[in-house]
Amino acid sequence: MRRHVGKQSIRFDLPPVIRAAASVVGPKEGDGPLKDRFDRIMPDMLSGTNSWEKAESALARQGIELAVDKAGLSMPEIDYILAGDLLNQSIGSTYAVRSLERPFFGLFSACSTIGEAMTLGCVLVDGEYADNIAAAASSHFCAAEKTFRNPLELGGQRPLTSSWTVTGDGCVIISSSGKGPRITAATTGKIIDMGIKDVNNMGAAMAPAAADVLIHHFEDFNAQPSGYDAIVTGDLGSTGLKLLKTLMAEKGYDIGENAFDCGVEIFDAKTQDTHAGGSGPACSAVTFASLFYPKLCEGRIKRLLFVPTGALMNSTTAMQGETMPSIAHALRIEA
Amino acid sequence: MDYVKAFAVGGLICVIGQIVLDKTKLTSARILVIFVVAGCVLGGLGVYEKLVEFAGAGASVPLPGFGNLLAKGVKKEIDENGFIGVLTGGFKSMAAGVAAAMLFSFLASLIFTAKEK
Amino acid sequence: MDSSELSKKKYKNLVDEASPNSNVYRDCLKAFAVGGAICCIGQALNNLWVNLGASMDEAGAYTAIALVLSSVLLTGLGVYDKLGKHAGAGSFVPITGFANAMAAPAVEFKREGFIMGVGAKMFTVAGPVIVYGTLASIVVGLVYYILK
Repeated sequence: MRRHVGKQSIRFDLPPVIRAAASVVGPKEGDGPLKDRFDRIMPDMLSGTNSWEKAESALARQGIELAVDKAGLSMPEIDYILAGDLLNQSIGSTYAVRSLERPFFGLFSACSTIGEAMTLGCVLVDGEYADNIAAAASSHFCAAEKTFRNPLELGGQRPLTSSWTVTGDGCVIISSSGKGPRITAATTGKIIDMGIKDVNNMGAAMAPAAADVLIHHFEDFNAQPSGYDAIVTGDLGSTGLKLLKTLMAEKGYDIGENAFDCGVEIFDAKTQDTHAGGSGPACSAVTFASLFYPKLCEGRIKRLLFVPTGALMNSTTAMQGETMPSIAHALRIEA
Repeated sequence: MDYVKAFAVGGLICVIGQIVLDKTKLTSARILVIFVVAGCVLGGLGVYEKLVEFAGAGASVPLPGFGNLLAKGVKKEIDENGFIGVLTGGFKSMAAGVAAAMLFSFLASLIFTAKEK
Repeated sequence: MDSSELSKKKYKNLVDEASPNSNVYRDCLKAFAVGGAICCIGQALNNLWVNLGASMDEAGAYTAIALVLSSVLLTGLGVYDKLGKHAGAGSFVPITGFANAMAAPAVEFKREGFIMGVGAKMFTVAGPVIVYGTLASIVVGLVYYILK
């Protein structure tokens, strides 16, 4: 346990490098504030396939291939792929990697999947079990709506606290060598459930999980929010981000100026009708890859805490009246 | 005048649904079930038919009108055919609307695909 | 994170405070306008059938069929959900909403086949309405039979 720090954290002896990051998104994301930053924008939601599910896998495969390419590597040099998504039995990822012929770990951590993938990827690389790993997460608005909300053509209103599932795939290549920002530490979250049942207010369910992992990160490393240029949460949305700031303030941490949320950054809530913001595994993955990773590479951000968040219910538990267990994982990334 | 009444009564029934939707976070499916059952009970009591006489389509087109239709049908069947009408009346009275919805929805599935949003 | 019942309660209050509420007045106005308009169209159709010599009951049935057909068409063309986004209950409470609830899954699940896709999914929202409507009519019928 010599590299385990405090209660929930680990530090890396030879901090793994994020050698490349790639983002492939759908048309709505390609219309949003980050439109000039994505690597590839699909012209339509089917992406040349004949179903939403196949389209998600196509996006996911392209995201991984693109990231490998940007890292200057070839697919056989990738020792492991760690990826996940929202669809039942994680089919978005498994069909995506079917033709890639690389060792694969399918992960599920809902919208925080990229955090789980990056943490485990760093463990593999720092543990000298791998030289290069690909960590990816995908989601698809139409596939998600169909799988666990309503058919697309059903008329109805979405509450203002609801979020919009991001269509896309974000992938990072983590390596033992090469140039790029380094992941120096990770804090793994616990399941936190503060009794929120409203599936249209996932930001409220996830905010306490984000607060919990942040507090443990700061305690484990004896750090303060001011030590970071940016604290970037996954998909809390405008409501959840507000709640996180309040919860942190109650514990004596002021994260106000430095706190960003990928769900808030990816869409323009006013013109794109996305209500609380973006969500889904792709939300934090593509926003990190397109907005924050380049800033780390350019040195405009020196120390960043990346905190993807996830709500881990499904439609059966929601029908049974269960509350929403949530999780968040923190990664310290330094330029 | 019958248009004004239809608009006002039909609009108001929808407003009741909207208030329930905004205030209670019930899903639309639940609200529809509640409306149909409520319409059926009010129809059984003979109250809803008075609203239909007053507002015409304003009362018959919203889903409580569908419930009222079921209540009317079940009474008529019992009057004509006795006890078996308890089971056959409701289904018979909704047959035209539901069969039409099945037919058109099936045809729609042949022609259309869900559009991306 | 302290997850005692007390702090859960406190957090619930915090959430209620932080969450934006729908504009009920605006929503109701839109629901009133669209719901009222659909009923007016129904009234016009009713009058038309009666003028053509239909009885009141027949006219009602033809109106329902015509409204269902229009709603299914608008659903297939991808328009009804846009109406629903603004009108809310104004578009799902009329019979057109019931038809939309059957047509929307039908066009969505055709890729899963015509039996378990279209055939089964058509009733995900409409099914409960039919089930509980029928049950309510049976209860009403029983009471009516006993009291008659």
